[in-house]
Amino acid sequence: VKAIAYRLAAVALIGVALTLATDVFFTTANLLNVLRQASLTFLIASGLTLTILTAGLDLSVGANVGLSACLAATVMKSTGSIALGVGAGLGFGAFVGVVNGLMVTALRLPPFIATYGMLWTLNGVTYWFMGGSTIYGFSPGFRQLGSGYWLGVPVPIYVMTAFLVAGGIFTRYTTFGHEVYAIGANREAARLSGVPVRARLNLVYILSGAMAGLAAIVYLARLNSAEADIGEALTLPAIAAVLVGGTSLFGGAGSLSGTLVGALTLTLVVNGMNLLAVDANWQPLVTGAIVIAAVWIDVMTRHRAEARV
Amino acid sequence: MRAVPGAAYLLAVLLVVFAVFGRGFATPANLVNIGVQSSVLLLLALPMTLIIMAEGLDLSMGAVLSLAGVILAWMLANGHGLPVALAAAVGAGLAFGVLNGVLVVGLALPPFVATLGTLGIAQGLALVITGGQSVVGIGDALPALYRQELAGVPFPIWVAAAAFVAFRFTAGKTRLGAYVSAIGGNREALMLAGVRANVYHLAVYALGGAMAGLAALLLTGRINAGHPTAAIGMEFDAIAAVIVGGTSFERGKGSLGGTLVGVLTVGVLKNGLNVLAIDSSLQVASIGVLVVVALVIDSTLQAVAARTRAKAVAA
Repeated sequence: VKAIAYRLAAVALIGVALTLATDVFFTTANLLNVLRQASLTFLIASGLTLTILTAGLDLSVGANVGLSACLAATVMKSTGSIALGVGAGLGFGAFVGVVNGLMVTALRLPPFIATYGMLWTLNGVTYWFMGGSTIYGFSPGFRQLGSGYWLGVPVPIYVMTAFLVAGGIFTRYTTFGHEVYAIGANREAARLSGVPVRARLNLVYILSGAMAGLAAIVYLARLNSAEADIGEALTLPAIAAVLVGGTSLFGGAGSLSGTLVGALTLTLVVNGMNLLAVDANWQPLVTGAIVIAAVWIDVMTRHRAEARV
Repeated sequence: MRAVPGAAYLLAVLLVVFAVFGRGFATPANLVNIGVQSSVLLLLALPMTLIIMAEGLDLSMGAVLSLAGVILAWMLANGHGLPVALAAAVGAGLAFGVLNGVLVVGLALPPFVATLGTLGIAQGLALVITGGQSVVGIGDALPALYRQELAGVPFPIWVAAAAFVAFRFTAGKTRLGAYVSAIGGNREALMLAGVRANVYHLAVYALGGAMAGLAALLLTGRINAGHPTAAIGMEFDAIAAVIVGGTSFERGKGSLGGTLVGVLTVGVLKNGLNVLAIDSSLQVASIGVLVVVALVIDSTLQAVAARTRAKAVAA
């Protein structure tokens, strides 16, 4: 809890700095925009958080968002049915999770290799599938999900809040949640105390894939168009959000609320760079540096904790 | 007697299939072409083998290669000589290799995330330097060198062959080679024996960066320009070649010969799919499938071997 307070203070500090540096930052429109962006990052990063809690990783989330969004767009356009399109996106996202899970549990591949391979495989299939085309113009009803407002607040923020609450209860108060932390803290001990490790890991990767599918739907509704490169720049910020949020790469420690704070931090940085008219080409560099800094803090915290024991 | 990596069987099957179904695949010109296309990948895959044997990973190689290519092309376009430009490219690669080494060895960060971070930094630098545009007008020196042939063998293949020999020597005859697998497999013993494991560990990452810089020579020669995203994702091809070649992420097992077979397997697969006129995007996707197939073959072979051994013991 204390760690999250520090991180929230950092968010507030960036906010104050941006308020002083720009006129536009502290306006309702921009703040809601920041929250809406952050909610998309959070949706992608939430499933990823679960995999990292088990001492795993899912590097394929961004590419998964890309192909799921393109599939959902295609199905929606050709059938005219929102439900079928949403189903296709969610279903494909979860399917990717099934394959990732099997590579990790059945083939015993290190998660970062299995999901990195999945990243490039999905990218290739997406470019082949789209063939350079753009699908755009969806029904107003569907677009509400990404760009609509309810009581003056963007709809994605409600989606994010719902998943934050549900995910928080899920990880903190259910057996499943405790087992996820237990696997990450000490896999062998978890197995010996009767946790079905493989089944839980499979489920975690499926959830990560399904959340990427859901993020794809919201993203599609927000952009109102789908292209092959739609998911390309999403992976690094999502990983950065999880790590900045204090979830440890070594597993067993962290939280979804931390990931939300991380997503807010990342979005603020990008938003601030946009408002200050910094060339967008700097973004991968800044995100990369944030990832390294966050892992460094993670490693140092862990060493200090070990030293105390 | 070392077991034949599953990749050797895969490579044989792919060669037969493409020779039968791909018109123009099994011609001398195309086979040389595969060698030329595979040469850049081999330059990345050789150091990647050592890095993976040391239980590490370098995800930044593709982005560092792109950055080095941009620097090389920019230097050439601004009138610097090829030796100076190449030194700058290799220097930039080396700098990123040392940075990776410091993060992984000095700060003890997990390699896959540390190098994911440097991937972002290298990619960002390449984009910022070029404004996202290609660097063209690099003059004639590099393209002319790239087109050179010696004894009928193209220049890129000579470079790749020289790198392979140098790595075999390093792995077989030097301390670095002797310690690499122990860094991953049994670091504690290495330290207790008084070996400065950290120095050798860092050197492995530095070597990876420098080789990515050297690979810029071949990449830039081939595309005749520098592009900030020219080699994005090539580290995955290199990792795939290493895994397919039988190097394992556990216990520091691996071989450079296996990696050569893995690189050729990736090269043959891409070229063959190209000859069969299969979309280049699907060629990218096929590498992921290749890795899984190779791993399934390897684990099946291991299971069979274990069963045979068990039977022999029982008898």
